[in-house]
Amino acid sequence: MTRPAVEAVEVGKSYGGVAALTAASFTATAGEVHALVGENGAGKSTLIKILGGRVRPDTGVVRIGGNAVSLSGPQAAHDLGAWTVFQELTLLPWMTVAENLLLLRETKGATGLISRSATIRDADALLARYGVHHIDPRALVEDISLAERQTIEIVRAVSNNPQILFLDEPTSSLVEREVEWLFGQIRALRTQGACVVFTSHRWAEIRSIADRITIFRGGKDVGTFTEIDEGEAVRLMTGRRVEALYPPLPPMPNAAATALEASAMSGPNVRGVSFSLHAGEVLGVGGLAGHGHRELFRMLFGDATATGGQLTVHGKTRRFRSPRAAIAAGIALVPEDRKTEGLLLRMSVRDNATLVILKRLTRFGVLKPAEERRAAQSVVDSLRVRTAGISQPVGALSGGNQQKVLLGRWLLAECQILLLYDVTRGVDVATKHEIYELVLKLASEGHAIVFYSSDAEELAHLCHRVLVMREGVVAAELHAPGITAEDIVSAAVRDHLAA
Amino acid sequence: MSASTPQTVLMASGARRSRTSHALVQNVGLVLVIGLLAACIIGYCVLFVVTQHRFPGGFELTSTLDNTMPLAFAALAQTLVVLTRGIDLSVGGVIDLTNAVAAQTLTGGPVATTLWTLAILLIGAACGLVNGVLVAVGRLQPILVTLATLSIYQGIAIRVLPQPGGAIPPGFTAVLANPNWPTSLLYIPVIGGLWAIFRRTRLGVAVFAIGNDAMAASSHGISVKRTVILAYTLGGLASACAGLFLAANATAGDATTGDTYTLTSIVAAVLGGVSLFGGRGSGLGALFGAFVTVMVVNILFFAHIDPLYQTFYEGLFLLAAVVSANMIGRAVRGRR
Ligand SMILES: Nc1ncnc2c1ncn2[C@@H]1O[C@H](COP(=O)(O)OP(=O)(O)OP(=O)(O)O)[C@@H](O)[C@H]1O
Ligand SMILES: [Mg+2]
Repeated sequence: MTRPAVEAVEVGKSYGGVAALTAASFTATAGEVHALVGENGAGKSTLIKILGGRVRPDTGVVRIGGNAVSLSGPQAAHDLGAWTVFQELTLLPWMTVAENLLLLRETKGATGLISRSATIRDADALLARYGVHHIDPRALVEDISLAERQTIEIVRAVSNNPQILFLDEPTSSLVEREVEWLFGQIRALRTQGACVVFTSHRWAEIRSIADRITIFRGGKDVGTFTEIDEGEAVRLMTGRRVEALYPPLPPMPNAAATALEASAMSGPNVRGVSFSLHAGEVLGVGGLAGHGHRELFRMLFGDATATGGQLTVHGKTRRFRSPRAAIAAGIALVPEDRKTEGLLLRMSVRDNATLVILKRLTRFGVLKPAEERRAAQSVVDSLRVRTAGISQPVGALSGGNQQKVLLGRWLLAECQILLLYDVTRGVDVATKHEIYELVLKLASEGHAIVFYSSDAEELAHLCHRVLVMREGVVAAELHAPGITAEDIVSAAVRDHLAA
Repeated sequence: MSASTPQTVLMASGARRSRTSHALVQNVGLVLVIGLLAACIIGYCVLFVVTQHRFPGGFELTSTLDNTMPLAFAALAQTLVVLTRGIDLSVGGVIDLTNAVAAQTLTGGPVATTLWTLAILLIGAACGLVNGVLVAVGRLQPILVTLATLSIYQGIAIRVLPQPGGAIPPGFTAVLANPNWPTSLLYIPVIGGLWAIFRRTRLGVAVFAIGNDAMAASSHGISVKRTVILAYTLGGLASACAGLFLAANATAGDATTGDTYTLTSIVAAVLGGVSLFGGRGSGLGALFGAFVTVMVVNILFFAHIDPLYQTFYEGLFLLAAVVSANMIGRAVRGRR
């Protein structure tokens, strides 16, 4: 079982002047789960794009099944049994789940034409077979949640019976239960002798599923290990030591003013949610994906209309009809899907970072370029965004670095109330640590923060209180100290277990 | 996967919307344009009865249909390209050129006419091919490419037929645009059928896919270049059909007859629910959109609107239709 399934030998790739990969090598064998880890911008995705046939390497050799190959495109990789779930999802938004699942292998009818009803039927059977029958094959991809989209991408790849499966940060938008589901699929593939290569920034996941780990740093591999502890791995990835991932939670100010009060808020997928948020507080929101968090955040941000309930901001009753109104009231939302909801991928880091504070950077409607540069540079510096410069297009940054720019934009906006929606999605350990410190610093400076995360561990360590949502209602409220990830997960799935 | 039962179940089946509800929401553009067409037909009939003191009959039906066919094909041509997130400003030029060639060549017997008809269709396809290659291989902006080829095709058309003229054989007119019998009633279902077939081919899926997200489509193994080229080529073919139907209607040719179709084809496609951002819409919608566009002109005529102000009212109508369609679309989709 030690036949090499996929090999990269001294692969290099540059974009313009930026070297994404210098000389990256690694080997994964059949029947193995191999993790690629490294900082944001280390080159993991670039390598996976090369192996998946989407990008051509400048130098080096790629071997699949022992033969050197020059992949002309993703199709060529598919023909060799290699399938990829890319980090930036590749679903087609205005097509149905079924069309996406069976793209290029649609079910044909007797006439030789694609039969829509048969395609729906087969997609439905596929969803049932992989245990994700809650997703409607007739729904448009645009209308399903990010976690469901990720699930669909995984099902599509896995259902092609891959010999080699590349998963680039497949878990970044999944919660515990969904990760368990994915690992079930991965284990099944491993048993069948397939090779699975995946990347993740969550150490617990890597430890639980990976047989071997290859660490990348600055576009090069720095070692492959079967056994390595997190501290050592982080040191190899970053060249630094991160003492404790989670900084200590500052105490809640005693007589803090109420910044935000929601009473019996209802809307699509949200039913009667009440809570109050104080200045200086980090209020966690957790639970399984699709149970109303996303809608709740959008409602608080004026991006979805509440059908009932009341929202009080700094003592004043408010009814936001647009995000603009919410921003004016000092509320910022850092959204989940940076590709479609947040960033203008073709525009520069500078333009993206300063988008919401443009007004402050203009005089008589004319932009003051020096100040704009300074503001953008401060984001790049304080969040350690890995970029060739602030005039680089954001789309050319690695996934985690894009996320940092998005977060930085809202920090510049200096809003009192921050709605952080899965902000550490796809961010490396060292930067996660920095973001945690930043969040807690903002809180201790008097910001009020609502923090949703798909990582229960994160919620447990970072929040003064955690609201666990289930089916659109607050199913449990947990208070620090003493919150554990297990408490959150079990509150989120309680009735699934009881049933 | 050999097992028929899932190894890991994430979640059991949840509540789903009904099939009809999905179909309605996802095809709201098509539903709206059909409603709009119905409203136009009623409005037209009422105005006709009020002003002419009789019901519109066979003549009105035939002439309306015959007037619509060229626009229907032009709108289809536009739709094919717009779905790929492009735009085809050369539609008018291709119509001019094919119409001019028709006037010069369609003069002989049935065999020669048939052969020339096929040749003219090929000319249209070739024009589209040139557009497609420039856009896909040359990586140029569709709007620039087709703006340039529009002028080029118009120029060639004038060369081919400097003066309006020609004598289209009556047999040709009798087949495509018989003045005594609504032949178009035959062609409309044919167009609809061809669209349905197209939508159910790999190419059709690929056209929609690259309009959704070309990057994503290519990472699924769809060839963006090939798809774009084929879409423009089919568009050119459809524009050539428009040129031929115009020739049949007028029983003569005119090298400038197609000029207005560049803009009206876009109008018809948009009215038919085709998104200018690509990836959304249908040829069927564009077909209905073409009918609506023609009916509005008819209505303005019978409402005794001063022809000088006609475009003003057309614009007003278009704005109202698009704004209300947008609002209804949003309401139906629930959010955003
Ligand atoms: N299309 C591109 N144009 C320019 N530079 C690019 C492009 N794609 C990647 N890069 C650069 O290559 C480097 C490696 O990026 P890559 O996406 O492979 O990192 P990664 O290890 O996947 O990071 P992350 O964990 O954040 O996803 C980054 O510095 C990035 O800016
Ligand atoms: Mg990456």
